Amino acid sequence: MTCDESEVMLHALLDDELDAGHAREVEAHAARCARCAAQLGAYRDLQQALRGGNLRYTAPASLRRSIDRVVPSPTATTRRALLQGFGLGGLVSAAAAASLTFVIVREDRDQRILGEAISAHLRSLQADHLTDVLSTDQHTVKPWFNGRIDLAPPVIDLTGQGFTLVGGRLDFIDGKPVAVIVYRRRVHVINLFVAQGLSSLLPAPKLETVQGFNIRRWSDQGLSLLAVSDLNRDELEEFGAKFEQAARAARVSQGRARSLSSRPA
Amino acid sequence: MAFEGGGDRSKAERFRAAVLPYLDDVYTLARYLLRNTADAEDATQECYLRAFRHYETFRGGPIKPWLLAILRNVCRAEYARRGALAGLLSSNLDEAESATDGLWSEATQSPETETLYRLDGETMQRLITQLPDTFRETLVLREINDLSYREIADVTGVAVGTVMSRLARARAHLRNAWLAEERGS
Repeated sequence: MTCDESEVMLHALLDDELDAGHAREVEAHAARCARCAAQLGAYRDLQQALRGGNLRYTAPASLRRSIDRVVPSPTATTRRALLQGFGLGGLVSAAAAASLTFVIVREDRDQRILGEAISAHLRSLQADHLTDVLSTDQHTVKPWFNGRIDLAPPVIDLTGQGFTLVGGRLDFIDGKPVAVIVYRRRVHVINLFVAQGLSSLLPAPKLETVQGFNIRRWSDQGLSLLAVSDLNRDELEEFGAKFEQAARAARVSQGRARSLSSRPA
Repeated sequence: MAFEGGGDRSKAERFRAAVLPYLDDVYTLARYLLRNTADAEDATQECYLRAFRHYETFRGGPIKPWLLAILRNVCRAEYARRGALAGLLSSNLDEAESATDGLWSEATQSPETETLYRLDGETMQRLITQLPDTFRETLVLREINDLSYREIADVTGVAVGTVMSRLARARAHLRNAWLAEERGS
């Protein structure tokens, strides 16, 4: 090894970057060459001084906080923080960012709810999870929900229309209890989830396919309804339409009954 | 089962767990590269924003070099901005590199037996800060951010051999400045 080579290689030796063979070569050269030995010693001193010198800087607490704010965290995310992030990036205007985050946040929740509904649907098909109350009689299923959930789900017998009422159960979606009314069409199970605020109120029914399942969502009297099934789209749409129709009819007859009974004798 | 929302949340969690421990590393490099507290804070923040935005592109392995490479790009954009303001960037860099060639030969001639006396941390930081850009960057990545030659090569986009020679020059330069400081004080 020449002195020129050694001059550069000795740094690699100090940095533990040399394999055993090359390290021995540099050391052997330094053992013969006083000048290179002195250099090796000098740079070892320098390195030790630097390493003992505490030359790092500590990020100020204010910087740590502002990074905490712009990097989303499950507990600390706020829309404002996200907006600041977009603003700093300078890629989108604040207004565009605002609408973007709103849509993203909402779609996230929407997707999660759809995913959870499908999970609940799949769970219901396994073992004996389908129903807590097993009855084809709507007047048995409906009262069963009393006291178990703070809403009165519309339980409608659609047997005449080809959708057999099987029963009901309580399930959880988005961390909240949900009433589930179970129907059957031939071999296909339909889970109808009923809760408040499962999705934003839909002006019109929405039929979509997620992970191979068909889902029909609609709103009625402030309740969100979500039907999941492996039934084909047309028949699930038919189920939804008939359910809505029957629910409206039931309200009309209930209303009439109430007005009849409240009429002064 | 793919829950989009859950995926995003865990992305943010994984990101935080992976990169926040290196905040001081990123900030330290930013301080040495930009030589100014306010710019270093801005660059660090921008670095984390970009890192989060491009986290999907991270292909595994040690994350510190990936993060420092992003910081370095942010700092170079800042150099370019300053350079555009002053109109001096490229000539400054070239002069710096050739100027140290001279210093490097001086360094090999200076008596190696001369002892380095301990300097206080602040003085050492100042001496490092005064090194020319490319040498300063390489030295800080090695001695302070503790990156390997391979990692430094990846961060700075040069060959390992170039890292080695820059480091040799950076140390020669620093040692000279150190000795000058001792003689001066």
